[in-house]
Amino acid sequence: MTTTTPTKRTVPALSRLPGIPGRVLPVIATFVLFVLLFGAGSVRYEGFTSGQVFANLFIDNAFLIVLAVGMTFVILTGGIDLSVGAVVALSTMVAAAALRAGLPAPVVILLVLAIGTGLGVLMGLVIHHFELQPFIVTLAGMFMARGLCFVIGVESISIKDPFFRALATGTIELPGGVVITWSVVIALAIVAAAVWVLHRTRFGRTIYAIGGSESSATLMGLPVGRVKVAAYAISGLCAAVAGLLFSVYMLSGYGLHAVGMELDAIASVVIGGTLLSGGVGYVLGSLLGVLVLGVIQTLISFQGTLSSWWTKIAIGTLLLLFIVMQRLFMRRTP
Amino acid sequence: MTDTPSTRTAQPGGPVSTGAPVVAMRGISMEFPGVKALQDVDFRLFPGEVHALMGENGAGKSTLIKVLTGVYTATAGTTQLQGGQVAFSGPAEAQAAGVSTVYQEVNLCPNLSVAENILLGREPRRFGSIDMAATRTRAEELLGRMGLTIDPGSILAEHPIAIQQLVAIARAVAVDAQVLILDEPTSSLDQDEVAELFRIMRHLRDEGVAILFVSHFLEQVYEIADRMTVLRNGRLVGEHLTKDLSRLQLVSAMIGRELGVLEEVERLAADASDEAGGTPVLEATGLGRRGSIAPFDLRIGAGEVVGLAGLLGSGRTELARLLFGADRADSGVVRVAGREVHLRTPRSAISAGIAFCSEDRKGEGILGDLSIRDNLVLAMQAARGWARPIPKRTKDELVEKWMTALDIRPNNPDALVGKLSGGNQQKVLLARWLVTQPKLLILDEPTRGIDIGAKAQIQKLVTELAAEGMAVVYISAELEEVARLAHRVVVLKDRSKVAELDGSASVDDIMHLIATSDSEQVAS
Repeated sequence: MTTTTPTKRTVPALSRLPGIPGRVLPVIATFVLFVLLFGAGSVRYEGFTSGQVFANLFIDNAFLIVLAVGMTFVILTGGIDLSVGAVVALSTMVAAAALRAGLPAPVVILLVLAIGTGLGVLMGLVIHHFELQPFIVTLAGMFMARGLCFVIGVESISIKDPFFRALATGTIELPGGVVITWSVVIALAIVAAAVWVLHRTRFGRTIYAIGGSESSATLMGLPVGRVKVAAYAISGLCAAVAGLLFSVYMLSGYGLHAVGMELDAIASVVIGGTLLSGGVGYVLGSLLGVLVLGVIQTLISFQGTLSSWWTKIAIGTLLLLFIVMQRLFMRRTP
Repeated sequence: MTDTPSTRTAQPGGPVSTGAPVVAMRGISMEFPGVKALQDVDFRLFPGEVHALMGENGAGKSTLIKVLTGVYTATAGTTQLQGGQVAFSGPAEAQAAGVSTVYQEVNLCPNLSVAENILLGREPRRFGSIDMAATRTRAEELLGRMGLTIDPGSILAEHPIAIQQLVAIARAVAVDAQVLILDEPTSSLDQDEVAELFRIMRHLRDEGVAILFVSHFLEQVYEIADRMTVLRNGRLVGEHLTKDLSRLQLVSAMIGRELGVLEEVERLAADASDEAGGTPVLEATGLGRRGSIAPFDLRIGAGEVVGLAGLLGSGRTELARLLFGADRADSGVVRVAGREVHLRTPRSAISAGIAFCSEDRKGEGILGDLSIRDNLVLAMQAARGWARPIPKRTKDELVEKWMTALDIRPNNPDALVGKLSGGNQQKVLLARWLVTQPKLLILDEPTRGIDIGAKAQIQKLVTELAAEGMAVVYISAELEEVARLAHRVVVLKDRSKVAELDGSASVDDIMHLIATSDSEQVAS
């Protein structure tokens, strides 16, 4: 309506505590929440306070960490990627089927990565060139990827490849007797790479710029189209990697794997403090978001009598709390 | 302003004492389907000058800028930068060649730091990584060059719009811009902020940057510009040194009236004869809104047409929006029929009997995908309240009545409004308000962009409505129209009311006031 009055831009600014930049606050809140939940578990249950329980959070959620990293890129641009859960399933299916057909493991891995990245590029191109809503385009991608799984096969296919099995069973012993899997190493390496890319490269800063204001980024002469498509490509690549980690974790490919996992990824990113409107957030926050989800699952499994669906209820409540909290932190600048 | 440009000649093509122009556009024409936006326009820009591009709405200012920055490709003509032929593919390429643009809206990323906003896409790098320390130092340097002392690490959104605007300029000059285009940079700034902007503009000019400045504020143009180019209706009117061109000459060049006629006119008394007796339909006292329009007084009696005259950006529409509650006033009182009302939203204005036909009829007015009948009925129903349905018979009668009264064509109530001509759309919009029987009708540019026939019909209708006792506020960029229709003319300039003339005022009187009156001495 205000076409004639100068439009003062009301941009959200996170309020400040002394010494702490406002935008880091949600990440700190997530960290505090994680510590509290872990602490509560330690007080309540015997054997909770062990390095291995902590390490298991990473082992059991390595694929979700990778997925959340990719999702962070997309959400930072102000978009969303609903296809990643289905791409994980497709990746497990392609991997299992290709391995069964006798293709060597390295070729299978490259094939899966290429398919995931390709789907991401495709969706990115459609979103950018036809100026469509990411929600709808990736929803279409989700249906397609999920459907493709069942074109390959309707039954679960088990993976017997020695390399995949070695990855699944192989462990690394850390000081203190704590054991982790290679999946954890891969996931954490991807987190580290993502932090570097987002904060120390022009590409990464352009991701933030697009999320802040896409039209401004265009007028500033930044390669908006290329970077946006790349964000979906990265999300697709991460989904493929997550799919490989998931097939290692499950040692099977199945069209009904990872149903709703895209929503877990989105929840982790949001709980980790990234704004759905884009431009504000951290990969480390997303990692913490995954850990919070993981610790809730662990708590419920330690409790023993609660159904695992309580995890969903807890996540739903948390998500709501965090979104409300973000809104409360927001302040309109004059 | 004792700068070098004053020593140059103002004759286009004539000898120039301080070197060649940095930008030389020759014979630029730009045609869009059915519209000639620019016709054979020449434009020159010299290093170390502030050059104002002047013209009314639709004169071709933004088109010319867009041709220069490569947003449009000219249909004809050439552009030279530093003597070499150029045809940019877009703002990014223009920027790389040293032509930077800062727009009216701050086009930066509010979520990033000041330093990043200045250097985004050009950050210094080391081993493939952005060198954060160097980025910060470089940003500090650039801010320092403009005399700004803000923390480059702070988030942009934390700064007021004025500072953000200056950061945008810092970004623009960070590329070692030779040409800086400032498109209405002052429209959202207050006086002190404008002074700060001008200080920086002068500073950059003295460093040899050529600045192209677009503003609707005459006083600002006279304060900062060394030279100006005036466009009218897509054609070049002339290029002049600011000191050689009086305000009156400038206004007449922009609006297109002969100077000789203007000079003869004597200054009119700013006070208008008040309507004899009776409570005014609307009486505003000290009504104003910061950054939008300075407080003004206004009385509108029944059967009176009050014209609002002024250049684009003078506050015409802003005043109307306050009266309609579309913007909320932060000072003053409005009385409707003697009773004080609070116009917080258009809804409260409508219930007080005020109707507003927006100048942006597509965006804010009609519903193009609905039929003429639906558009008319919507307003009736809204006026009546949703709980009380209107009988179909009454509806049909009313639709029929107004379509005939306004001669809306085609004479088919089921025709989609979006398919009608501009004039007929305007009539539908008018009819929509008239069915609600308002006491005060505000018309913002009701005749813009419509053909002569429809224009005459609408003007006639306004006269008739007034004769029937409706109070009308009539806004138009065409001063002739205002002078012809209005019983009283309120003259606006630089977002304040500067005078009120009675019905005998001529176009020349109004132009004289716009050109000369000082914003400070508000007559009422």
